[in-house]
Parts: sequence; C-alpha cells; structure tokens
Amino acid sequence: MRAIPMYLGNSFAWSPTVTRTMSGQTLSRVVLVTALLIILAPSTLADEMHNPFSGDAKAAKSGEFEFRINCAFCHGLGARGGGRGPDLTRAHKHHGDSDADLFQNISQGIPGTVMPANGTNGQGVGMTDDEIWQIITYLRSVQVQAPAKPAGNAARGKELFYGNANCSSCHMVEGAGGRLGPDLTSVAAARTVDSLVESVRDPSKRLAWGLTESTKEFAQEYQTVTVVTPDGHEIKGVTLNEDQFSLQMMDTAEHIHLFEKDKLLSIQKSRDSLMPIYNPTILSDPDLDDIIAFLLSVGTK
Amino acid sequence: MTVPMNKLRGLCLLGLIVTGFAIEPRAQVTFERLVNASSEPQNWLTYSGDYAGNRFSSLDRVNTANVHSLTAKWVYQTAATGKFETTPLVVDGILYATAQDDRAFALDARTGRPIWLFQHQVPSDIRPCCGHVNRGLAILGDKVFLGTLDAHVIALDAKTGNVIWDVAAADYKEGYSFTLAPLAVKNLVILGVSGGEYGIRGFIDAYDADTGQRKWRFYTVPGPGEPGHDTWEGDSWKIGGAPAWMTGVYDAKTNQLFWPTGNPSPSNRGEGRAGDNLYSNSLLALDADTGKLNWYFQFTKHDEHDWDATQVPIMIDSGEKHLIAQANRNGFFYLIDRTTGKLLSTNAYAHTTWTDSKDAEGRPVPNQQSSPTPEGRTVCPGALGATNWMAPSFDSRTNLFYVTAREECDIFSTAPQPYEVGHAYYGSAYFPSDKAEPYSGAVRAIDPASGQVKWEFRHISPTWSGVLSTAGGLLFTGDAEGNFIALDASSGKPLWHFQMGGAVYASPMAFAVDGKEYVAIAAGSSLYAFGLP
Repeated sequence: MRAIPMYLGNSFAWSPTVTRTMSGQTLSRVVLVTALLIILAPSTLADEMHNPFSGDAKAAKSGEFEFRINCAFCHGLGARGGGRGPDLTRAHKHHGDSDADLFQNISQGIPGTVMPANGTNGQGVGMTDDEIWQIITYLRSVQVQAPAKPAGNAARGKELFYGNANCSSCHMVEGAGGRLGPDLTSVAAARTVDSLVESVRDPSKRLAWGLTESTKEFAQEYQTVTVVTPDGHEIKGVTLNEDQFSLQMMDTAEHIHLFEKDKLLSIQKSRDSLMPIYNPTILSDPDLDDIIAFLLSVGTK
Repeated sequence: MTVPMNKLRGLCLLGLIVTGFAIEPRAQVTFERLVNASSEPQNWLTYSGDYAGNRFSSLDRVNTANVHSLTAKWVYQTAATGKFETTPLVVDGILYATAQDDRAFALDARTGRPIWLFQHQVPSDIRPCCGHVNRGLAILGDKVFLGTLDAHVIALDAKTGNVIWDVAAADYKEGYSFTLAPLAVKNLVILGVSGGEYGIRGFIDAYDADTGQRKWRFYTVPGPGEPGHDTWEGDSWKIGGAPAWMTGVYDAKTNQLFWPTGNPSPSNRGEGRAGDNLYSNSLLALDADTGKLNWYFQFTKHDEHDWDATQVPIMIDSGEKHLIAQANRNGFFYLIDRTTGKLLSTNAYAHTTWTDSKDAEGRPVPNQQSSPTPEGRTVCPGALGATNWMAPSFDSRTNLFYVTAREECDIFSTAPQPYEVGHAYYGSAYFPSDKAEPYSGAVRAIDPASGQVKWEFRHISPTWSGVLSTAGGLLFTGDAEGNFIALDASSGKPLWHFQMGGAVYASPMAFAVDGKEYVAIAAGSSLYAFGLP
C-alpha cells in the first residue's frame, strides 16, 4: 500500500500494458529494461525514495504540525525525544538514516517496538504519503548534524556496569546480566541521554507517568509489587503483567509467580521503583557518563 | 460484495423450520416494533436497545444467583485488526453486526454461524482520525443500514446482505466519514457525521429508508443568517467541526430526536474561532420529520480540549418529569428537562481541574488556567475524556445511571496550524501528564436526581468498554485487559468474569433465542456470546 511495495508493483504492472501495443523490437527492449529495473531495484528504489519536499521550508512547517499530532506524544515536542520514543534530532537513527528508511518506519511501523504503523493506533491520524514526507522534511530541518561525542569512556562504563555500579545484577546488556529490570541493550537508541540520566538519578519518575495504553502493551510492567500468599509468605518483586483478577510477577530472585488475586492475603502496588536511587554520592557524574557512553556504544551501533 | 453461505445449509435450515425446531423469523421490523422494543426483550432492535438509550435488558434468566456459571456459548472471529466497536442487533434469532473495516454480517444468534457477509470497499486513501471503526447497524422493515468510513449510507437486504441502495452523504476526501450505528425512525434512517479532526462542517442527515433519498439535513454549525451564526469568528464556521458521531435517542411521544454533538475545529486551539461556537458540544432537540431545531443545550462552550459531547444521552421519566441525562466527556453528569432543554443539575463524576465556577444556568465554566498554551498545560480529564463513546446504561429499578469513567490528565498545547482541505486540523498536541496524576478507570453508578456516585468498581487501567444493565440485577462491562465482567448492579460487587484475550472497545447487549438468554460483546477481533450452561 505504501511506496516500497507500490514501486515494485508498478514496474511489473507497467510492462505488460505497454507490450500489447508495441512492435517486437520495442518489446524486447521493454523486457530488457524491465529486467534491468528488477535487477537494479534496490538502488533504483533508494533513488525513487527521495523526499519530494527536501529542503522546502514550508513543507517542514506543515510537517511540524503533523509531527505534533502524530509523533510528539512519544518523540516529544521538537523531536528531542520523550520517555518512550528516541531523540529524532540525532543524525544517526537506530532503525535507519535514509529518507527511505524513515518513510518505511513511519508508514509501516517498526516490528518489535512500540512504534506503530501509520494510522493504526488511536494516537493522531492516518497520514498521506505527502504528509509523511513533510514530517521527514521537518525532521531533517531539526536534525543536529554533528552531535556532541558522549563525554564518558565506554570501556570504563562497561566495567562499572558489570562491576562496582551493580547495574548488571538487575539489567541485561547483550545477553549478560539480570532479569529483574528492563534489558538495556537498545535503550540508548530508544531514549534520550537526558532521560537515561533521569532514570538512574530518579528511577521512580518514569513509573509514575506515561504508562498509557497507546504506547505500552503492558501498562503495569516494572511496577513494584508486594504480595502476601495464603500461607503468610511475603513476596516482593516487579509486575510482569496484571489484570483485574490475576497477577504475573517476578521476585527479586528472578522467580516467576502467577497468582489469582482473590487467593492472596494482600497485594501492595507501588510506583516507587525497586531500583535504588543512584545519587551523585553513590555514582559520580563522571561514572554515570561512562555508563551512558557504554549504553550508547551498544545501543546505537 | 455479498458472500453467499452454503446452499446445503440453507436447505437444512428450511428442513428444521418444517419440523419446528428452528426460529421462524417474524414479520418485518416495523417502526411500531422499534417504539415498543422493550416489549420484546429477546430482541435488540437499536444501537442502545431502545429509543430512550437505556441499554437495559429486561431479560432475567441470567441473574445475580446464577451468573457465576455463565460460560462462552460461541465466538465469531472477524480477523479484522483495530478497534472492534460494534453493538450487534438481534431480531428473531438472527444477529446483525459490523466490523471496523465496514463489513456487515448476519449470524445465527444461537451458534454464531454466519448467514451472510457484506464487505464495503473502503477507499485505500481514507484517513479517519482515530482508526477504522464502525459501531453497528440500524434495522427497519427488511433492511439493515450501514454508515461507512467514506461517508456512504448503505441499505442492505436483511436476508441476503445484498445492496438495496448506496448513497454518498459527503466527500470523504474533505474528512467526512460515518462511524456510528444509524438510528431508524418512522421511515427515516438518521446519521450524524464524523470528522471533527478535519475542519468539516458537521451535520445530521435523514434518509428515506426505501429509496436512500435525503429528506433533511441539519447543519450543526449555523450558516449566515441563521441563529447562532454569530457565535463564530469570521469565516471560522465554515470549518467549525461539531460532528455528531454517536447515535442519538428518540422520543416517540413528542416526535423529537435528542442528538449529541462534538468538538469545534480545531479541537485544541480556540484562537480564531472566538465565541460559543454553536452547536458544538451540545444536545440538540430536533423534529424527527423535518430536522428543525426545537432547543439546544451546550455543555461546553468554546471547547479547547476536544471534549466532544457525543456520549449517548438517556431519556429518564420520573413521575411527571421528562428528563434527559448525559455523563459528559468533560467529567460532569448533566440532568436536563427534555421539554425545555433547561439544565436541572450538574455534578462531577470524575476528577476535573478545568472549572471552579458555574454560570447563571448552572453550567460549569472553564477557568483561565485550563486554556491550552504553546508550552502546554496540564488539565484533567485528559484529551480522551472522562468518558467517551463507551455506552452508559440506566436501570429504572435500581434508579442508577451507570457510566465508564477514565481518570487521567493530559498536557494540552496549541499550535497555529493553518487549515488545509482534508488534512488533520487539531491545532494542537497533547501528552500524558508528567505529574503523578490519576491513571485508572472505574464503572460508576450515579443517582440521577442528586448526581452523586453511589458506588464504583475500579478498573486497574482506563477502559473503553460500555456497560449493560439487566433485570437479572446485573451490570456487564469489559476492560482494557480483555475481561468481560458481571457486577451486582446494586452494589458494584464483581460476580463473574471471563478473559476474552483482547481489549474491549465496545458496549455489551443481551438477547434471547428459544428462551435462552445470551449476553454479547466484541473484544479483540472477535464477537463473544455468553449464556448459562
């Protein structure tokens, strides 16, 4: 339906129509050209996917309005990133930098992430191809060409992550680490540096807002929960999922528990994260910079 | 496109009729039957179950004593994606419903087995604001009526799904669409248009049920020379919005429609459309034969928060008093004299921060600090409202008005967006509040006379499910996590639940076949019917 499948579809549909009205000689040329088109499809595709509004200030302005309606909910005003969506002012984008990549990601969404396909969620409206290009024009207009190098030392950050800072007791990066907290392998691609800093310095802040159904599959994920079982055991951990009648949780020893709520003696939910507050006396600013440099090196490679 | 079902099966059905084991479809659905819908509780003849909007079933086979054994009787899967918002109709053993891609279908209401399927071909360039949705059909005579996302009104043969007539009400490329279930009154099919996000000029239409000819149109934004035109700044009326995207109610005694309307355009930026912006966010009393306006009541003047007043209103008769009540998206419950349109009382049923005073008529007035700014301001309820399209219910036996409430706040911001034909025109953006504001939901039972909340059942997150009350003393509702839940209608105590595996965006209904009661609701991409074992 969107431009990429349409382009290939058109190239196939075009040749038979033309061949019916052409001489044999022309026919063979058409077949040859068609075959070349198919062979050259990847590069031709990239050519085709050039933004028709590239550099057009008026289109960028229209794109800004579209962005506010459709994208800013997650990506923040000015495209500088929200709690959910990445900072799109970065020149390097995790899921592709080209116009074609951006068009594809906006049109079709990004599988495995909360980025929805155009027009498929309750947020905002369905956009035309032109409107998507206007958004891309807007993004190019706010793109920071040479982002500042992260201040920290990634190698040292890795040592801290798996060592003294104790991050890996709860968090995993590239398959190594704990399970209680979110996997941080690609967090640097999905979040701004500011929001990463905030999550370390004030871990409960993100648990207290923004957990809305349009942006989150499991609204209760990582909420702190303490239950008392019928035999009087207290179990503390994080919510994996929850509905009105049942609770799925992981305790601090990474055991999964499945409960029917009415069988429990008590359930206490808290928006205070189980993650300790890493204030600057526990984790200095330079150490935090190193850890963020490590996460950036992994998440944005 | 109609897909005929298995011919052999048809013959079998005929055989059953002869041997007397099947339901024999009765005569046509006349207007008189629609007026007296409550006298045939085995059927569900209009979107809200009756003309008054009660969404109450007088069936009581399923009740507080036995609901614990309620079980799924059948499931019909559409495989369509998106929000499945339909409320089915049931007439004499046949269930008629729609799905979000503008298909309509008829099922054997006892088994869920399909009888016919009609698929409207929705244009690929259509861009409805809030996803592809359709909330159901109207039935009259031997036809069912469908409003489509490309703003067509289509009459289908109720026995085959064949198209009888198909008319375009407006140009979808300008942002017009239909998402509501039409309402059949006398020989008219009545619909209100959607498109408040596109700078449309809203209207309510009535079509001849036999021919599809338009009999009247009421523009919800008055034109030059008409009363109320001066409530719009300059030419802003031309793109003033005020859609009417939910099904209204009908009073046969006075032959009046009571139809609610939605937000002015652009939804979150009041600059450029100074004035009250009539008849946005209003309840309209219209003569059903002519569409002439008898009175109006505007809930939110000059709205800047997208607080459509399109929620289904419910007609309540209390002794000599003829009332109409609405739990509004702005968080207030309104009780109105439906003879005069005068506001009798209003009380908040959800957390609100946008008002701290009332005008001379008793209407809550927005405070200065609720008006959106370029930087954004936190206001409760949020942009999706304290409630929305999820249907309310009124049970005259408990004398309680039930509504699904959403507790959330948003940051509302404005942007000086120019209007372009057919393009989204919000003039704004909104974000979740960054404070630890409420984020939850509840079913609330409101005493209409006092406006006080008598009980609530808390959801763990805001839900989009409507409610159904029944003479079995039950209140049915769904939730965002996929549960279908039966509550004690007098206390809110949960009595039964079933995990359907998909979020609910619809409102439940009830019917009976062969003396067996069923309760049905759409969830995920499936339609479920529940009954006793």
